[in-house]
Amino acid sequence: MGGTLREVAAGLRGRPAAAAGFVVLVLLVAVALAAPWIAPHDPVEQFRDALLQPPVWSGGSWRFPLGTDDLGRDVASRLIWGARVSLAVGLAAIVLALVPGVALGLVAAFHPGWPAQLIGRSVDVLVAVPGLLLAIAVVAVLGPGLANTVIAIALVMLPPFVRLVRASAIAEQAKEYVVASRLAGAGRLRLMFDTVLPNCAAPVIVQATLGFSSAVLEAAALGFLGLGAQPPTPEWGTMLSTSRDYIERASWLVTLPGLAILVTVVAINLLGDGLRDALDPRLKDHG
Amino acid sequence: MIRFALGRLALAVPTVLGITLLAFALARLLPGDPVEVMLGERIADRQTYEQQLARLGLDQPLPLQYLHYLGRLAQGDLGLSMVNRRPVIDEFLALFPATIELALCALLVSVVGGVALGTLAAVRRGSWIDQGLMGLSIAGHSMPIYWWGLLVIMFFSVWMRDAFPALALPVSGRLDIAFDVVPVTGFMLIDTLLSDEPGAFRSAVRHLVLPSLVLGTYALAMVARMTRSSLLETLGQDFVRAARARALPPWRVVGLHAMRSALIPVVTVIGLQVGGLLGGAVLTETIFSWPGIGRWLVDAIYRRDYTALQGGLLLVALIVIAVNLLVDLLYGAIDPRIRHPRA
Repeated sequence: MGGTLREVAAGLRGRPAAAAGFVVLVLLVAVALAAPWIAPHDPVEQFRDALLQPPVWSGGSWRFPLGTDDLGRDVASRLIWGARVSLAVGLAAIVLALVPGVALGLVAAFHPGWPAQLIGRSVDVLVAVPGLLLAIAVVAVLGPGLANTVIAIALVMLPPFVRLVRASAIAEQAKEYVVASRLAGAGRLRLMFDTVLPNCAAPVIVQATLGFSSAVLEAAALGFLGLGAQPPTPEWGTMLSTSRDYIERASWLVTLPGLAILVTVVAINLLGDGLRDALDPRLKDHG
Repeated sequence: MIRFALGRLALAVPTVLGITLLAFALARLLPGDPVEVMLGERIADRQTYEQQLARLGLDQPLPLQYLHYLGRLAQGDLGLSMVNRRPVIDEFLALFPATIELALCALLVSVVGGVALGTLAAVRRGSWIDQGLMGLSIAGHSMPIYWWGLLVIMFFSVWMRDAFPALALPVSGRLDIAFDVVPVTGFMLIDTLLSDEPGAFRSAVRHLVLPSLVLGTYALAMVARMTRSSLLETLGQDFVRAARARALPPWRVVGLHAMRSALIPVVTVIGLQVGGLLGGAVLTETIFSWPGIGRWLVDAIYRRDYTALQGGLLLVALIVIAVNLLVDLLYGAIDPRIRHPRA
């Protein structure tokens, strides 16, 4: 694992785009963590005397640097707290997809009989439903809300982990170090988690990074459709969905939350592309 | 080839059964008692309740219920909408052409735009054009399409209306309300041509531009990246060098010789985008008030019309499976290595 981290660091050094993505992501995480201290106002406090105030560059005041929304809430504070929500939801969804995904992938690789068939076919079913629709269906069953958003997105993110780990674990199984370990008497669980899994880490890290960006996008999409975070939670997608009615009068309510989502997703994708090139030369874009 | 096709078909059977199981489970898991939802406030007594339960077959064991469900599906019966009591299949079929029309136009945008931009980036490799285009493609495939849609609306409906009214494009619906076009095929482009309303076709095209652009952006970015990397790989190969050595003009080398083999992986990417387009249609249709199945499914959730949701999901998944199967078969037809993997 330490070797993988060193590889990641070395990989980022020669890749300015990936390094830039990494720096932006670190900044976003810092903003999210420091939200209570750096946000100028409470994200849900309504300033009734300052509805739809424009940002400071188009005639607003420094009291609300990025303006206020239709209920007089400070947009800057909502964006800052929104970083917390989006990153936390993305991270939680990825962890919730990664852990069972890796476990199922390993089981499928080590039990080629009916367990592999059952897992493989179930994954096929999940993949056949377009991601956002699957997430919508799950939220319809569980009800809207942030926790259920996490579960829905985790389910959508699960299949790639299963397929990836299964394929890499099967490839690793044929290698000599695994055969040697098996001959030395290592049990199946030890082979799965101790011998093979660490050597599948690289593609899993890449998938987790790229999946993280999709998770942020989909969480905001559910929020936009009114099925994710519920008001007054400061969530970027939810902020966008209420902005639609003010598209002519208050363009900052449309541009700013979307920009926050785009910057976050681009940063994560740049990092993920860089990691893929560094860790997995086979998948490298020819460029 | 026939053996290959049958093999692929057989592989799809468990997936299709799995989808029906998922849809069936969805209906059982959804909150609310179906009998209560159906009878509404009118629930009189225990006896009526149980009669309804028996009538719907809900008093039987679950495996039996599932078999009945499969039986009805085989007859094309997806149940009645819980809101307006119309057959779900009829609602779906009435709205589906609008979604296909939008998705096909989005696909057209993404393929034409993506191949052109990808080729431009590949032949100008390393230049600022290449770097700019690849930067844009990362932005394009990271773009939240719900935001992109709002920006496009802001630009074309608010800003353009003030600056260049002639160039402003409509941002909602499929046709100006001034036109009265009889739905024949459900495809507005065809129906407007069949009608004798002057200007209706032009209106339909204008309504399609922005939604297709928004829905096609993600796929456009993917196709551009794939075209670029695949073309670069091909351009380094011997047959291309041979063509260059024969002093063929560059457009012939790239356009005819390299492009033909470079586009094979691009076709895969296009095949993979179908699910994404149908999923993206949910957001695009919501933003542009496009009366297709995406918006219908979202409405079904808001209205708690669970039979519509169940049937819609099932049909969309079946379409995705069918398209993927088709792409697989086309592939097998084009490339013998896929037909006989061990040879």
